[in-house]
Amino acid sequence: MQFKTIKEINAGLVSKKFSAEEFIKDTFDLINKNKVLNCFISLNEENALAKAKKIKVSKDSHLLSGIPIAQKDLFCTKGTKTTCGSKMLENFNPPYSSKVVDALDAAGSICVGKTNMDEFAMGSSNETSFFGNVHNPWKKGFVPGGSSGGAACSVAAGLVPAATGTDTGGSIRQPAALCGLTGIKPTYGRISRWGMIAFASSLDQAGPICRTAEDCSILLDAMSGYDSRDTTSLNLDSTNTFADLNKPYENLRIGVVDEFNIDALNRESQKLFNESLKVFESLGASIHNISLPNINQSVPTYYVIAPAECSSNLSRYDGVKFGHRSLEAEDLESLYINSRSEGFGDEVKRRILIGTYVLSAGYYDAYYKKAQQVRRLIKNDFEEAFKEVDLIVSPTSPSEAFGFGSKGTQDPTELYLEDLYTISSNLAGLPALSMPHGFVNGLPVGIQLIGNYLEESMILNFANRFQQSTDFHNAKPTFEGF
Amino acid sequence: MMSWECVIGLEAHVQLSTETKLFSRASTSFGEEPNTNVNLVDCGLPGVLPTVNKNAFYKAIRFGLAVDADINQTSLFDRKNYFYPDLPKGYQITQMELPIVSGGKVEIEIEGAKKIINLTRAHLEEDAGKSIHEGMDGTGVDLNRAGTPLLEIVSEPEISSAKEAVAYMKAIHQIVTFLDVSDGNMSQGSLRCDANVSVRKKGDEELGTRTEIKNINSFRFIEKAINYEIERQIDVIESGESVTQETRLYDSIKNETRPMRSKEFANDYRYFPDPDLLPVMISDAEIEEIKATFPEMPKDKFVRYQSEFNIPENDAQIISSSKNLATFFEECMENTKDAKLLSNIIIGDISSLLNKENIEIIDSKLSTKNVSELVNLVTEGVISGKIAKTVLEETWDSGLSPIEIVESSGLKQIDDDDEIERIIDQIISEHPDQVSAYKGGKDKLFGFFVGQIMKATQGKANPASANKILKDKLDN
Repeated sequence: MQFKTIKEINAGLVSKKFSAEEFIKDTFDLINKNKVLNCFISLNEENALAKAKKIKVSKDSHLLSGIPIAQKDLFCTKGTKTTCGSKMLENFNPPYSSKVVDALDAAGSICVGKTNMDEFAMGSSNETSFFGNVHNPWKKGFVPGGSSGGAACSVAAGLVPAATGTDTGGSIRQPAALCGLTGIKPTYGRISRWGMIAFASSLDQAGPICRTAEDCSILLDAMSGYDSRDTTSLNLDSTNTFADLNKPYENLRIGVVDEFNIDALNRESQKLFNESLKVFESLGASIHNISLPNINQSVPTYYVIAPAECSSNLSRYDGVKFGHRSLEAEDLESLYINSRSEGFGDEVKRRILIGTYVLSAGYYDAYYKKAQQVRRLIKNDFEEAFKEVDLIVSPTSPSEAFGFGSKGTQDPTELYLEDLYTISSNLAGLPALSMPHGFVNGLPVGIQLIGNYLEESMILNFANRFQQSTDFHNAKPTFEGF
Repeated sequence: MMSWECVIGLEAHVQLSTETKLFSRASTSFGEEPNTNVNLVDCGLPGVLPTVNKNAFYKAIRFGLAVDADINQTSLFDRKNYFYPDLPKGYQITQMELPIVSGGKVEIEIEGAKKIINLTRAHLEEDAGKSIHEGMDGTGVDLNRAGTPLLEIVSEPEISSAKEAVAYMKAIHQIVTFLDVSDGNMSQGSLRCDANVSVRKKGDEELGTRTEIKNINSFRFIEKAINYEIERQIDVIESGESVTQETRLYDSIKNETRPMRSKEFANDYRYFPDPDLLPVMISDAEIEEIKATFPEMPKDKFVRYQSEFNIPENDAQIISSSKNLATFFEECMENTKDAKLLSNIIIGDISSLLNKENIEIIDSKLSTKNVSELVNLVTEGVISGKIAKTVLEETWDSGLSPIEIVESSGLKQIDDDDEIERIIDQIISEHPDQVSAYKGGKDKLFGFFVGQIMKATQGKANPASANKILKDKLDN
């Protein structure tokens, strides 16, 4: 039962090789046997089994009918804990469900639990979670990436075929890359943010993490679509990427970004990158060098805008209405100070402080306003580039997975560079996917495809064709050290 | 003695009369149980998002058009960040960079002299909730008001006295009530203001240091608070000290202003564009549609009431300047013809009843049906004008229809000339001294006899008939 894709499970359910109930039971056995991974914050066993019992899957059912999926623990689930990986929301039971949760429920999928994550999605290694580190199934003691680390781990370990994630600066793509999976962050506004606990509103976007591009397209189609409750949601129908997987996209022009300086990568990564370009060419694509002149400003720009928005978004956690309330408070001010000091971890506090600083009177123009202007320039660069090419390719992250505590403990900004290649598509709001394309030091690494606005179909179609001619996505983790 | 002048700018906060809140679909109705008009968005739960109530925009635009302002067809929302228990998100959504309304002017009149007060801007924002201390173990928070749409109207510092400030606020009140932008109910907080006050020596170019008096909620308090503050500032300067720039509260019981504790207001609100809300676009067509539904304004009503209904200028002035009275008057006119009598009753007996109880006509038991019925009873001669006052008071108290009142208490006018004659004969025979005095030239005694007739008939005698018969009897 382990390591099955959505398509494979669906085939089994339709042909009655197993029932949804049997499959969900097995899924929980697997999850419980692999508790050491720490990829779930909470499980939804009772509800999941009750729902599975009622489900009859036929060939006319939705492909997601009876399919177990894991929800990142920042999607509100009515009546079940939604922690955002934080002590602040350790006991938060939302009275409503997010659009993503409702949409996937309606498609017939079964939520088996809520996955571990960096606190409030701030981190690239899942090490900022209040609920502890998550192991990379490929190697014990190594990070799965972040912030959707639990999501990637649960799929990589073969416990579930699909998980939801969110991506503010790479939080879907980087863990997908570090765990040998496929994950896509769609165009900003494709998926409603209703009920998705905010980190940085103008950058946050939900998306799927699966074993294959094909499975990602099934999930994306179910998650996307206009929602009047989110004014930033695009007023468009749901995507139709699954049907478009068979559409011929001929003679795609693929851009390699000069400023990403691929030559400076280590030899192994460089080699993998060039080999993938050869596969692309074998699929009929042509490779072009392009320039994104302002792209190297992405990381500093992001680390002004994202903290600014987060400092305001996280103001609501004040110990007054919901979330952690300090028992040490004597008056209103100490209630605020103590509740927030106790409830938030270091990385969240660091970003709140940065964000508060860059929005302060006298600094706003120099930081926040300037960052918004650079963001515009980065967006313009992409708009220009997409006149010349159809897709832009880059590595997903600078390196393979690393050991717990080995990055960013002395200098937190070291970890911020993990997002070097992924951040710019959040700033521009562009869709981008990561898929596995080889191994460095025995650990998977990913390659990123960035598309123009609303071109999720083209990205997934091309990734699917890549996966039809390569085998990286079928590799199963070695569980080294477990 | 040095001569001083003061400079005042007002920020009026107008609660818009929308059914639902600015960013959620919760009701805005007043006076409900605490925390019943609250939904997920209003309490700022993790993961919720605001959506814009376009009706609030339309009301803001109505105001903008009425004061001849520029309407910004692209307007933005910003976040104003500060911590307070009644502010669920830790920020207030407001408009900083691009308000919906820019500029505009309001005309006021002080003792016959007209003056234009220019507006800086008017922007939309959400109200906060309320902290409740009474009857609580600790402090409670009521979020019913949280998210209610407000229009903050900012004037230029062009107001030069407390009287002008009151006239300005009355003008704002008139505009927002006539346009159905707000119910203007000050006792429920639908209209309140902050006053920025400074003083300087007459002829000085530079402005003095200003203080801001927060949250004044009646016309009377505006005048008192500003006058107190002007005198306080002059005293401070004349005693050789300088005015501190600060926020002050007006205490209506002690009639004084005092500084707010510095913790009651934050210094740096860290404004930035709200990333949850896209810019709001208003089309030309939407503006045209708003213009097309513009109601008749007081000035036009004033002219029309005189030409169409032929009522006196003074009556037309008083009725047309109040939305509530004008609506009441117009509705009554649908069921009666005697505009003069109606306007006379409205500005006379009805107004004095309203003043006595200090309420608005819509909050009284008076219905337009009952008042027009009353007018008709008088014009048809069923009751006299004098009895009308009694009937009015009864319908004011009970809400019963004038016809019912007249029938049940026998207040119907005596129109029967024979009966009136019989009564007059009786009175003449009872007062021989007065009769001879009258006949001897004391004309004024005529009134005495009228009084006796009304007394005997409890005011029910048809006055015209009574006068005529009495005159005939006495003069012959």
